[in-house]
Amino acid sequence: MRLLALAAVAVLVVLPAVLSSYAITVFIFIFFYAYLSQAWNIVGGYAGQLSAGHAAFLGIGAYASALLSVQAGLTPWIGMFVGGALSALLGTVIGYLGFRFGLRGFYFVLLTVAFAEICRIVALNTDAVGGALGYYITFTGNPRQFQFQDNRVYYYVALGLMLAATGLVAVLERRRFGAYLAAIRQDESACEALGVNTFRYKMLAMVISSFLTGIGGTFYAFYLFSLQPNAVFGIPLSVEIIIRAIVGGAGTVLGPVLGSFILSPLAELSRTYFASGGWTGAHLIVYGGLLIAVVLFLPQGAYPYLARWLGARKGAS
Amino acid sequence: MDATLIAQSLLSGVLFGGVYSLMAVGLTLIFGVMRVVNFAHGDMMIWGMYLAWLLATRLGVDPYLGFVVCAGVLFVFGALIQRLLVDRIVDAPHEMQILLMLGVALVLENGALVAFGPDPQRVRSPLRAATVWLGPVFVDVARVVAFAVAMALTFALFLFLTRTDLGRTMRAAADNTYGALVIGTDVRRVYAAAFGIGAACVGAAGALVSPILPFQPTGGLSLAVTSFNIVIIGGLGSLSGAFLGGLLVSVAESLGAVFLSPSMKELVSFSLLIVILLLRPAGLFGKAVT
Repeated sequence: MRLLALAAVAVLVVLPAVLSSYAITVFIFIFFYAYLSQAWNIVGGYAGQLSAGHAAFLGIGAYASALLSVQAGLTPWIGMFVGGALSALLGTVIGYLGFRFGLRGFYFVLLTVAFAEICRIVALNTDAVGGALGYYITFTGNPRQFQFQDNRVYYYVALGLMLAATGLVAVLERRRFGAYLAAIRQDESACEALGVNTFRYKMLAMVISSFLTGIGGTFYAFYLFSLQPNAVFGIPLSVEIIIRAIVGGAGTVLGPVLGSFILSPLAELSRTYFASGGWTGAHLIVYGGLLIAVVLFLPQGAYPYLARWLGARKGAS
Repeated sequence: MDATLIAQSLLSGVLFGGVYSLMAVGLTLIFGVMRVVNFAHGDMMIWGMYLAWLLATRLGVDPYLGFVVCAGVLFVFGALIQRLLVDRIVDAPHEMQILLMLGVALVLENGALVAFGPDPQRVRSPLRAATVWLGPVFVDVARVVAFAVAMALTFALFLFLTRTDLGRTMRAAADNTYGALVIGTDVRRVYAAAFGIGAACVGAAGALVSPILPFQPTGGLSLAVTSFNIVIIGGLGSLSGAFLGGLLVSVAESLGAVFLSPSMKELVSFSLLIVILLLRPAGLFGKAVT
């Protein structure tokens, strides 16, 4: 398994040499969404706290580093940590309220949605950050400003983000922390009865997850150069993040990565294909259908099947 | 602040509240009977609006008659959703149910986007233009009719739940599913009927507001959030709570639009949602829900 993972990483590292520029763009989206989904996986998958408002963390990270760069001249390489810290702060507030007041299931989902929507409405109505027109960054191509002439640099940055988050999750999973999160997901009351401070571990999961998502905001801002409140803070973005982890397998190390490798090309292709026919929402119909199918037929996601298939091949050889 | 203006917005708040009540009663019925939160509630309402629009533009049926058809179509749709999808995961964790209904919501919303395009629509009704002056305030005839019909439907639903066998069985299954099974209730049939009725409520509500409120495919989320707000304020699963909550939220929104800027109206409803979730998750009128 480890050898296979190393081989896969090696392939991804040399791949840009042979890829077309369009294919590189598709891979950037695969890596980037895998990264966001992996960050969500910590609180949404491992700890089982279904946050449907992760777009808020991405948006805050994106706006913070973009504003700091354009208005104050601070390089996004530092700004990304400021954005991450601000997102973690919001994550702390949401987590504190949600977990302290014992909101579970539907109630926690609504709380996270409400916070994300408030962020979106505030951004839409604040002229200082561009309001409904959005906020734009002028392209300079200066690497110090997290801007690159060559698409392949974005490819490697996104790949690095994905690998770092996946590595972090792999480490966390093996620690006591990961075991506590899995136990909280399976039976929170039993966990509490055994004396585990569930509040503390859920908070920690939320803070790490929101911090990583906030860092992702910088990549979003300086790859796309335009921030629209409805796109950055909207529910659809949160759905994009969640659905990859669910389809791949929430609460597993490789689930979000697998989910992104399945869904990002599908989204990209159907977007180009359907958009040319004027069917703008069609790829989201596919998403909805997939979500329904996964819940009904593959509630553990695709990863357990992949793992079993790989294990069977190993046994055969 | 002008007293007439406040009276005017109070009146239109109450009148619009009838539709809010109908919408929320449907959501709370589905939850009360099978403990499933219908995340697609707002998108079902949007489909009710588009059905009313199709009836009006293609067949010339006024939405104040067409709402019957909309309710019927949504009833069948809701019962099918229950039979084909929700029935398989009634006992699954809440997270899975939420994801499933989110999937349904995505299909409905974007199905509407593909079928009808992104531009806002409004159904024309001759009633829309008619207004009556009551002293200093005016009354929109369309709103009065929508209010009256919504109230009548809600009242009919209460009668159905308290006076008919199926209605009583539904309440019994809501109270104690296991007990209902023991005495030989066809729980699946009751569930399908409950989901169908819940969907029919929101289908009718959609048709009734289609001449008043401009609608577009992406509007489902905000309608769903409004319904969630109402049922949580009223207490999730409580029918009378949803009814009173609908009137309350509608009046609060229309007063909010007077005192604050209209774009801040949504901000008020989301903030209200957070406060209610934290301080009174069982709602103002509901018992604690486990």
